[in-house]
Amino acid sequence: MAGTSLRTYLITRLALVVPMVFILLTLVFLLLRVAPGNPIQAALGGHVPAAYVHQIEHRLGFDKPLITQYGEYLWNILRGNFGTTITDNRPLSQIIEQNGAATLELTFFAMLIAIVVGVLIGLVAGRYRDTPLDIFGRLFGIFIYATPVFFLGLMAQLVFGVWLGWLPTSDQASPITQALLQTHTNIFFVDAIWDGNWGALWDITKHLILPATTLGLVTAGVFIRLVRVNVIRTMRDDYIEAARARGIAEHRVVFAHAFKNALVPVITIVGLNLAILLGGAVLTETTFNWPGIGHELVVYLENRDYTAVQGIIIVFALVVVAVSVLVDFLNAYVDPRIRY
Amino acid sequence: MSDAILQVKNLRVYYGTPGRPVRAVDGVSLDIGESEVVGLVGESGCGKSTLGRGILGLLPDGARADGEVLYDGQNLVAMSQKSVRRMRGPELGLIFQEPMTRLNPLLRIEGHFRETLEQHEPNLTDAEVRRRSLETLGRMGIPPTRFRQYPHEFSGGMRQRIMIALALVLRPKLLVADEPTTSLDVIVEGQILALLADLKNNFGTALLLITHNLGIVAESCDRMAVMYAGRIAEEGPVREIFAEPAHPYTRELLRSTISLDTTELHSIPGAPPNLIDPPPGCRFHPRCPNAMTVCAQLEPIEQRFEDGRRVLCWLHGPNDRIPAGGGAPLERELLGVADEA
Amino acid sequence: MAATAPASPRTPYGRARLLALGRATKPIREASGIARGMFWAGVGITFAFILMAFLAPVISRYNFSQYKANGVRFPQLGHPSGLHWMGTTVQSDDVMARVIYGAQTELKVVVIALAMSLSIGVPLGLISGYFGGILDRALVLIMDAIFAFPYLLIAIVIAFVLSTSSIGGGIFTAAIAITAAYVPLYFRVVRNHVISVREEPYVDAARALGARPRTVIRKYVFFNVVQNVPPIATLNAADAILLLASLGFLGYGIQPTQGAEWGYDVSRAVSDASSGIWWTGLFPGLAIVLLVTGLTLLGEGLNETINPVLRRRRFGQFDFEPVPGAVEEAE
Repeated sequence: MAGTSLRTYLITRLALVVPMVFILLTLVFLLLRVAPGNPIQAALGGHVPAAYVHQIEHRLGFDKPLITQYGEYLWNILRGNFGTTITDNRPLSQIIEQNGAATLELTFFAMLIAIVVGVLIGLVAGRYRDTPLDIFGRLFGIFIYATPVFFLGLMAQLVFGVWLGWLPTSDQASPITQALLQTHTNIFFVDAIWDGNWGALWDITKHLILPATTLGLVTAGVFIRLVRVNVIRTMRDDYIEAARARGIAEHRVVFAHAFKNALVPVITIVGLNLAILLGGAVLTETTFNWPGIGHELVVYLENRDYTAVQGIIIVFALVVVAVSVLVDFLNAYVDPRIRY
Repeated sequence: MSDAILQVKNLRVYYGTPGRPVRAVDGVSLDIGESEVVGLVGESGCGKSTLGRGILGLLPDGARADGEVLYDGQNLVAMSQKSVRRMRGPELGLIFQEPMTRLNPLLRIEGHFRETLEQHEPNLTDAEVRRRSLETLGRMGIPPTRFRQYPHEFSGGMRQRIMIALALVLRPKLLVADEPTTSLDVIVEGQILALLADLKNNFGTALLLITHNLGIVAESCDRMAVMYAGRIAEEGPVREIFAEPAHPYTRELLRSTISLDTTELHSIPGAPPNLIDPPPGCRFHPRCPNAMTVCAQLEPIEQRFEDGRRVLCWLHGPNDRIPAGGGAPLERELLGVADEA
Repeated sequence: MAATAPASPRTPYGRARLLALGRATKPIREASGIARGMFWAGVGITFAFILMAFLAPVISRYNFSQYKANGVRFPQLGHPSGLHWMGTTVQSDDVMARVIYGAQTELKVVVIALAMSLSIGVPLGLISGYFGGILDRALVLIMDAIFAFPYLLIAIVIAFVLSTSSIGGGIFTAAIAITAAYVPLYFRVVRNHVISVREEPYVDAARALGARPRTVIRKYVFFNVVQNVPPIATLNAADAILLLASLGFLGYGIQPTQGAEWGYDVSRAVSDASSGIWWTGLFPGLAIVLLVTGLTLLGEGLNETINPVLRRRRFGQFDFEPVPGAVEEAE
């Protein structure tokens, strides 16, 4: 019985993805293609012969009417063809595979740190409301939220990289590791484990610590605030008082009722924050010269490479949509009320 | 009363505010005998619910209690939080006005029972937990097929049955029911009340029924206590009080209820007093049609009647404590006009 | 006892508006010590920065793009010293001057951006929520799609497109980029609130009395919905500062000649850090942290006053007086 309703819910939810993706794709197109200025000219620089510009425009189909361009654009994406960069003729699929893997590695560990730090501090602060623990937790949350990723990264580089000399401050791994590591998944961390290459794994971990912690801590600031508020709200729920009236031990009331119920909405928050985390990844990757997809975006933006920018933005959009669907599925699984 | 299972003696529960405290319960004494059904009535905001929760030591932040709640020879007010907690459930139960939000939405009904039983009787086997839960639920009219469902799959009346079963599965000696039917429709209300009225036969449980519905009290209670502004104005056997209310407030309250032979609606003018700064003397005197000069000056002294009643009103003496001229009717500038409520 | 509902459905006018103000600040006055402390700390920090922005020419010894004084060029990457309290940059700019003038830039951009996102997002939300229908559904779909997207990326793309076009970089470009990122948020908040307010009895009553939609929206819905905006706008201002700094860090904010911008300064300091130079990055970075902290504290304080769930009142201590003589056992 519950199974059917869950399935119905999933199908309805999936159906909602189509218009959302369509709208996002259209917005990206409008923004990048309909915008004033000649993108090809911009990408190639001012001193290229006009004939050459036209040739490239023709090859990319930029000389066709906008509506045709729009149709071709949608059709290409539907086929999974995200195009090729103008400036260095790199297929977008390659960028997704290689740089995407680096971003995945960074964001995964950052999210892990953010969840552990944010949820722990948020729970404690909410539970021990208005005690010194709470004040400390809240102030920490506000401070860490107020700190730009790139500034925290810079200070971390200065302290742990330059002054203490403990950790490397840029790149995903040392050149030797990169040269010797066998590629299986493009995710260095996984590849090193795959081959049992512990030396490489150590090197990769050392490179990962500063960027992942920086990005993770800044994201944790948001979690602390939201988890704390949720705990405070849940502690005032009627079933908490009812559980106390049945003589349920306080630690059980707090853990099994208050914390568990307070954390359900956090799933949504974590999902929504993945979008913020992706934004933060662009900054973190730039600060730490991390060869992720956000780093590439900044490089292509500087080179005014419209196709590359368009392709990368679309990838981000698709990831965001996919995560929002995943979050809703997870919520429906955890909270029986949603299925109805 | 020597056979009382619970004795409340001079209980006070105050809520802290930035200014002076709110005296929600201000010197209440009440005994509840074994298997007895006691009704506690009064207008909203008179301290009924606070008294009910105060008995179980369930007070919100910033509130404190003083006085005695004697159960089994122990004073619950003076006991540690942990010891009181252990008594909630197996000794004293509480059910609430609003059943819709009292069950954890993420926990199956089974989970609620398992948690409750395991908390207080940790040695029970799984099968035993199941058997006892289903038995109690069955008596409340919930079939075993629904044991593994979630709260949102039940209606309000069903949830209140579950709440009652959840309180009774531990066989408490006293159940405090705080307006258990107020949010339910009339038919469901009747069913729930019938269940509660049967408690003493089925479970041997005493019941403190908090309500503002006098009809319910007349129907199902042995004794009743009428509360006004944090104090008990009148208390005694239901039959006697209904036949001949001693306190003007009880009388006005009874006149306000609607019955088949009601020809015009009656209401008590004014609103219950502010409990931060209650009126001096008798707290009811600003609204009392029989108020005397003494009522505005001195606090009334509790009087006991031969029929087992007690009342807190100067009309019933003691006459030797009323100062000269105190029996004259109280003069007031404005009476009978309801304040903007 | 449930008399804590803070949102009075009445529309405040004239004297009533003053009373409403008194009511609105009551929760702040009644809040517990910590909440009040945080709120006032936020007020203090925010005002300090506003003051700094207005008095920049008075406070600062140098201009933000000044690299010499009295014909003498400032040192490059000079340590903090008596002449340059926060040191100098690789372009010989005085770091302290850039920090002080930076407050001007940040506040200008944030004020413009908030004004624009409010004046677009709030009316759209009001209309969409009040009238519903196809327009509402379409707007919700579009706004939700944008809302789900990382707002830093939206701002970057807008700033990128604008900077390639004739508009170029500058305060307005940055403000437009930030506006685009925040309109969906205001739209959502206002629309959802309107939908719940629309069904309130007093709005229904106004409609039943034959009030035109314009009047209903203006007099009844708007004032009720608009109370939610100050805390959100304040928290948003904090967020906008971070966004502007991020744009600056990536090179899409204010051009260095147009004004001092902290994010841009931090980005220039990244290359300094490898040689152990800390002052070029630390001070502008701290300025961001401090201003954002101040605005966040202010916003959270406002939020707690509006949201009674988060508010904890002071309880106050009291003692029970000795048992009164009222209850006497007869006989």
